[in-house]
Amino acid sequence: MRFRSWKKLWKKAVTPMKLKTGIYWGAGCGGCDVAVLDVHEKILLVAEKMELLFWPIAMDFKYEDVEKMEDGEFDIVMYNGAIRNSENEEIAKLLRKKSKTMVALGACAHLGGLIAMANFHTRESLLNRVYLETESTDNPDSVIPAEKWKKGEEELELPAFHSTVKTLDQVVDVDYYIPGCPPVPDQIVSALVQVWEGKLPGKGSVIGAGERTLCDECPREKEEKSITEFKRPVDAIPEPEKCLLEQGFLCLGPVTREGCGARCIKTNVPCRGCYGPLEEVNDQGLRMLSALASVLEPKEEKAIDELISQLPDPLRTFYRFSAAASILRRKKV
Amino acid sequence: MAVRIGVYICHCGTNIAGKVDIDEVVEFARGLENVSLVKDYKFMCSDPGQALLQKDVEDGLIDRVVVASCSPLMHENTFRKATERGGLNPYLFTMANIREQCSWVHLDGAETTDKAKDLIAAAVRRAFLLEPLTKREVPINPRTLVIGGGIAGIQAALDLAEAGKQVVLVEREPSIGGHMAKFDKTFPTLDCSACILTPRMVSVGQHPNIELMTYSEIEEVGGYVGNFNVTVRKKARYVDEQLCNGCGACWEKCPGTRVPRKGNVHEKLSLGPTTSIYMPFMQAVPAIPVIDAQTCLYLKDDQHKCGLCAKECERDAINYDMEDESVEFEVGNIIIASGFQTFDPSVIKRYGYDRLDNVITALQFEIMNCASGSTGGKIQKADGSEPEAIGIVHCVGSRDENYHEYCSRVCCMYSLKYSHLIKEKTNAEVYQFYIDMRCFGKGYEEFYDRLLTEDVRFVRGKVAEVTDVAMNEAEEGKLIVRVEDTLLGSVRRIPLDMVILSTGLEAHHSLKDVANKCNVSVGSDGFIIEKHPKLGPVATATDGVFLAGACQSPKDIPDTVAQASAASSAVLSMITREKIEIEAATAEVNEDKCSGCKLCNTLCPYLAVKFDEEKGVSVVNEALCKGCGTCVAGCPSGAISAKHFEDRQIFAEIEGIFSGLEYKTVSKPKG
Repeated sequence: MRFRSWKKLWKKAVTPMKLKTGIYWGAGCGGCDVAVLDVHEKILLVAEKMELLFWPIAMDFKYEDVEKMEDGEFDIVMYNGAIRNSENEEIAKLLRKKSKTMVALGACAHLGGLIAMANFHTRESLLNRVYLETESTDNPDSVIPAEKWKKGEEELELPAFHSTVKTLDQVVDVDYYIPGCPPVPDQIVSALVQVWEGKLPGKGSVIGAGERTLCDECPREKEEKSITEFKRPVDAIPEPEKCLLEQGFLCLGPVTREGCGARCIKTNVPCRGCYGPLEEVNDQGLRMLSALASVLEPKEEKAIDELISQLPDPLRTFYRFSAAASILRRKKV
Repeated sequence: MAVRIGVYICHCGTNIAGKVDIDEVVEFARGLENVSLVKDYKFMCSDPGQALLQKDVEDGLIDRVVVASCSPLMHENTFRKATERGGLNPYLFTMANIREQCSWVHLDGAETTDKAKDLIAAAVRRAFLLEPLTKREVPINPRTLVIGGGIAGIQAALDLAEAGKQVVLVEREPSIGGHMAKFDKTFPTLDCSACILTPRMVSVGQHPNIELMTYSEIEEVGGYVGNFNVTVRKKARYVDEQLCNGCGACWEKCPGTRVPRKGNVHEKLSLGPTTSIYMPFMQAVPAIPVIDAQTCLYLKDDQHKCGLCAKECERDAINYDMEDESVEFEVGNIIIASGFQTFDPSVIKRYGYDRLDNVITALQFEIMNCASGSTGGKIQKADGSEPEAIGIVHCVGSRDENYHEYCSRVCCMYSLKYSHLIKEKTNAEVYQFYIDMRCFGKGYEEFYDRLLTEDVRFVRGKVAEVTDVAMNEAEEGKLIVRVEDTLLGSVRRIPLDMVILSTGLEAHHSLKDVANKCNVSVGSDGFIIEKHPKLGPVATATDGVFLAGACQSPKDIPDTVAQASAASSAVLSMITREKIEIEAATAEVNEDKCSGCKLCNTLCPYLAVKFDEEKGVSVVNEALCKGCGTCVAGCPSGAISAKHFEDRQIFAEIEGIFSGLEYKTVSKPKG
């Protein structure tokens, strides 16, 4: 508490126009928080313009601190990670209430992210797998986490584990999205610059990314496409100058928003789609499937089946990051 | 401004009203958002029905129209026009199909009514998002391309040329005439085929409005209705068409030969000269020979030994250095009349074709019977003697699920014709082995009746095999047909001297290629699919491309000629319009969104999508685009949208369908 009041004083004394900022970590890996730190010396610029009132991963704040704040007191809250359990959801709602601008930071908050691949399973099967069935499990009493635990006087409560992973905007109103797994640090800065310069686009827009697909910034040579085989990066080394998709490597660049600087592609790795689809596309995986089906070389049913059977794990390839934001959201149970 | 949607619900007599509770649906539609009036009528497509909606539009009561009736294929155009007459953009109208997709396919009344509601709710949501579109017009080039110079192509070309329109007739073979030129007589009238065909061939050759390109093939067809660009490859003939006068001195001296010199009568069958430089037949148009490069002594190797024909030719028309030539031109419409090929019976091993002497195909018989052919019209066995007994096997390759399921329509009749001709020219016994006699045309049944009196043996049964293995003395040295005589109820072995296989008609092996080039599709039977089997038999799904003759399905000569005239009048109707309206619901590329991935470039079945290297984006040529949506579905970035079928309009429709979950008793899906 003392720390915070010191910060307040400091803020008033130096730059009264500083933006009150919160950064929160939902169901995520922490990569987005690291990406914020990865802005290197530009962190000074950030510090000059923003006042961090809440960032659990980096500093010691309590939820009560937030609860005590006025509604809308935060100028901006950047929420990373998906909504996986009741705590994620509760805090998301709390932060929404306390902030003027809510930004979904990173693929998990934006689209569900890698975490949303859990939506291809049920809550029960996930818990069983992790706590009972994995090859490395040593759990002689077959204990599975419960929401409530009591032993004598001791009592513990855990957040409820949801069956379906949701995106941030499926539980609260979101103003802007900064995509990526994780977002490229430079793009985080450029998004923040937009914020403090007051040059934000319309509500609901993606900021800190481009308006076309990755193919636009991809430096590779692109021809008309006709796919004869599918390969994984472990099967062969791609030619560095030629479109990966044309070589049979399943590159999601055509359905993915530009803005990352084609980092993966420049190191000869096919795009996995973390920046999500363009605004006009409402299901990234479906769109990739549709696009891909259009350019398969074989025209006979049997040959098509053969080629398609080479696709490595299509569901998790096409929906690696966007399962929660897809039209179907989850596997039917 | 608020959108005001008018919903009109058609009873379609009892077609819809018999299953759907109209009053309930009217009540439901009234409760939908943005709907300002709902009316129902017995037949919306009738004049008073159309007037109903037209007047409401005129009176300014509504600015969007939904008609819930039959399929768009049936009446979309009808109601679009009514909407337009009322003074509203026709694209602000949409249809809910509550007949084909609803009342006709469901049994339960309540369920059917519920579905009608869903479909109307979907159409209303779509209507809300509709946008006005402008139809475009393109001029029509009055010149027409006719592909194929058989009787179909000849008829179509002459019809158009006589009407004063320019025609380019492209024929694959060195002469026009097609299959009909190989026949001596035609059924059922037995008039001389050459006598009725030759004058027409000559007219084609001489007509100022017809540009004839023989020994030529279609290389490429680009463009769209009214404005096709065609590339034709003229194969090297080695004879200059301008210089040659068809005197025949060249083939008289030619030492090369196209047909096996030592072959038997049947192997040496030929209509024209058998030399390497030859005319396909004597009445050929143009009457200009061609050199068969495979057997020509000069052309077949580098030693260039012969050269006799060049020495003989007084007009120096022979040119051994001639090469294939590419010719480009523009036309407004295309008639495909590329004909058929006959079934190759050698795949039916048990019939012995290609294995047993004296088993011949129908086409071989035609040539043998032709007065100008190599036998001079004599019917002979392979060794040259006259046959004493001939069998004609029907349905070879037709009506047989192993080969072609369809009936080839002409075999019964030509088989009857052969019986008559054989009886006329020889003393041979004639057997007809048939499954059913199909004599459906004008004068056909009468011809069959006549043959029944001509001492022809009709055996009803499908031939099991043709063999030369004799089981008794009478069968020695004969061909034996083993057949179950289904009228007699027993298996018979009939010894014969010659067997004619009545081979069916099938799609020419190159038809698929021609169809692809012209952007039309072929069906599972290999023939080109017409626009509608009943209402559009000469048109195709591609505007400006029409069909005539056996490229659409097996046909006899009268039907072929009728279809050819129909195709030419369809083309004339196009030309007379001078301009044609083309679909406004096309695809459009948002250049700001296109990243130039080129994924869509190969998808367009109409070749409307091209890549603009300068801008680095793909572009859609709206004149070529049919609005099929293939590129829209293929575009990974959503940069291409289909006008009138935008994603948001389609999703609104889907939402409309599911909005019904609220009022129905069906359980809602979980979370």
